[in-house]
Amino acid sequence: MKKELRSYIASLLEKDERMDGRKLDEFRKPVKVELNISKNAEGSAKVTMGKTEVIVGVKIDVGEPFPDSPDRGVLITGAELLPMSSPDFESGPPDAQTTELARIVDRGIRESNFIDTKQLCIKKGEKVWMVFIDIYSINDGGNLIDAAALGAVAALKNARFPEYDEKTGKAKYGYFTNKKLPLGKDLPLTCTVFKISSKLLVDVNNEEESVIDSRLTVTTDGKNINAIQKSSDCELSIDDVDKMIDLSFKKYKELEAVLK
Amino acid sequence: MTYTKRADNRKFDEPRKMEAKVGVIDRADGSAMFKIGDTIAVAAVYGPKELYPRFLQDSEKGKLKCTYDMLSFSVPERKRPGPNRRSVEISLVTEKALLPSLDLKNYANTVINVFIEIIQANAGTRCAGICAASLALADAGLPMRGLVSAISVGKVGDQVVVDLNKEEEDYEGGSTDIPIAILLPDEKITLLQLDGNIKKEEFLKAMEYGKKTCSEIYKVQVKALKDKYKK
Amino acid sequence: MGKLIVKDKDIVVPGEELANGMDYLPAEGAFRKDDRVIASYLGLVNINGRLVKIIPLSGRYVAKKGDTIIGEITDINFGGWQVDVGSSYNANLSLKDATSDFINKGSDLTQYYTFGDIVVANITNVIRNKIVDLTMRGPGLKKIVGGRIISIKPSKVPRVIGKQGTMISMIKDKTGCKIIVGQNGKVWISGDSPKQEKLAFDVIKLIEENAHIDGLTDKVKKYLEDVKV
Repeated sequence: MKKELRSYIASLLEKDERMDGRKLDEFRKPVKVELNISKNAEGSAKVTMGKTEVIVGVKIDVGEPFPDSPDRGVLITGAELLPMSSPDFESGPPDAQTTELARIVDRGIRESNFIDTKQLCIKKGEKVWMVFIDIYSINDGGNLIDAAALGAVAALKNARFPEYDEKTGKAKYGYFTNKKLPLGKDLPLTCTVFKISSKLLVDVNNEEESVIDSRLTVTTDGKNINAIQKSSDCELSIDDVDKMIDLSFKKYKELEAVLK
Repeated sequence: MTYTKRADNRKFDEPRKMEAKVGVIDRADGSAMFKIGDTIAVAAVYGPKELYPRFLQDSEKGKLKCTYDMLSFSVPERKRPGPNRRSVEISLVTEKALLPSLDLKNYANTVINVFIEIIQANAGTRCAGICAASLALADAGLPMRGLVSAISVGKVGDQVVVDLNKEEEDYEGGSTDIPIAILLPDEKITLLQLDGNIKKEEFLKAMEYGKKTCSEIYKVQVKALKDKYKK
Repeated sequence: MGKLIVKDKDIVVPGEELANGMDYLPAEGAFRKDDRVIASYLGLVNINGRLVKIIPLSGRYVAKKGDTIIGEITDINFGGWQVDVGSSYNANLSLKDATSDFINKGSDLTQYYTFGDIVVANITNVIRNKIVDLTMRGPGLKKIVGGRIISIKPSKVPRVIGKQGTMISMIKDKTGCKIIVGQNGKVWISGDSPKQEKLAFDVIKLIEENAHIDGLTDKVKKYLEDVKV
């Protein structure tokens, strides 16, 4: 089935066509973001890309800084590819695919310095704010990484601090302030470019995703590249990488517009 | 302690506002969302499909496996990802709550997987999960005797109430929480738990409230199933 | 004495009362409880004389003897092949039923059908819902090459085929595509251009979503005429 499907999809791509009529550099419609979908979270967002649906939540807690960065807050990103979202996902601790997704999303946010972690310091060496990003797939319709990364940025933008109890030195959950996270104005946005045969395309659906040769996930802030991850079985040429990075930059404005 | 007025002004036998939607997860065989007050549960069904490893198969009928979990940010204080003792117990009682509703004799050697996730929690999560799961099972086209409707009843202070919210669960003057699930239209109890401190007469009164509310929930569930196919 | 509680084509949920009294008899999808007839699964009421049955609106395909299906080869053992037909159980294609050729025991079976191959087969036997036997000996039964496979709900297949095949003939005609509809909801489409195939795909999905409304045939006719291929 896969061999047949692959040659079918590849032959369409040769003519710059896709099964659902999209162009190769076109995202599915709609790409939607809904904010504040979970009230107990400090920030949350639901991203829809075609049939793919991902929920991301941000919890902000008080904790100790890492020893090598005593005046900076902490960012921790986790993910769960929920069994409810696909017949291919099983219950259990995060596997390699899940871990990779979380680390890719984390990298883009961290390396772009999107969160000014210095402003998350409460008392140097002792107390800092900790930002937890938790990603959950609700329906896997393909291209989970891009949906997750977009959701993470949206949830961070949506987030506000809980009240801080000076006496106990802890966060007062359920009591939200109006203070938003210290975020940069350039958003780190992620577009994964997929290669099938010799063609490059974005935002694959399930069928396309099952026959890809290679993929390159690129996170940029619109001007600079912040993170790259090559994955899947086959190799890429320098020229491929060049073009894939360009394609990711090309999609930046479109993704940025979704978050406005 | 006298509890005369509910924080959200509800009557003692009044549940919070409810909402249900069926077919919310495209890849699942069946799925549903159930919302009551600020508690939101989503359930997905995969199956029936052959159960592996083979030695776990039941050659007489199909099996049901439920997994309940909460999103880390569904609660005010972040829940560490992964199962904990509470979610393991709730997974089990949920399975026992749903099993009597299913007719699995034609599904020997298979398993039906039900996954429940709490998206947002404000008490009554296991009951919301059961309501969503029952809808998801019906949405998956499985042969059933009826639907399972569930609600938490109990006592806040000295007052018997229906559908305790978080504030009431944490009430300083003490509270008793009684999650109950009823298979309808048969009117059979499939889930019953209690923790607190309550007299038998009060308990029976709570059960009456529960029965009445479950009938209301049942109507919401039936409408959600039929609405999916209305044009 | 007996009374119908529901009408033909009503949508009912599991446990819903369909009729009371002994006049009406439960058929597929319904059961009797005391003196009442109750729906077993979510579906549409179908009343045929005294028989009340439920046409399922959802759920996996349930294998039936005589059905022609499209399936995928998922396993090979010395006795034959295992085929995924989209139901709760896998189906079996044994050596003797696989092709009109005589297959020697011990020969390399992958030269006939291998993992991932898509085949059109006929169900010869179903035992207790579980054991499903297939044959590929017969007209129209073969391995499929090329084209694309889409999935629709098995309950919508009759609508896609239409009375005496009129609906599917119209679709084939207007889109110029070769189409095979499996009773298990798998549909194979093969056309000269992706635009044609997409049109066939879109029309079949349209039928799936509107299967239970009246005037569907006209709606489909209009859809096919409006879209220029």
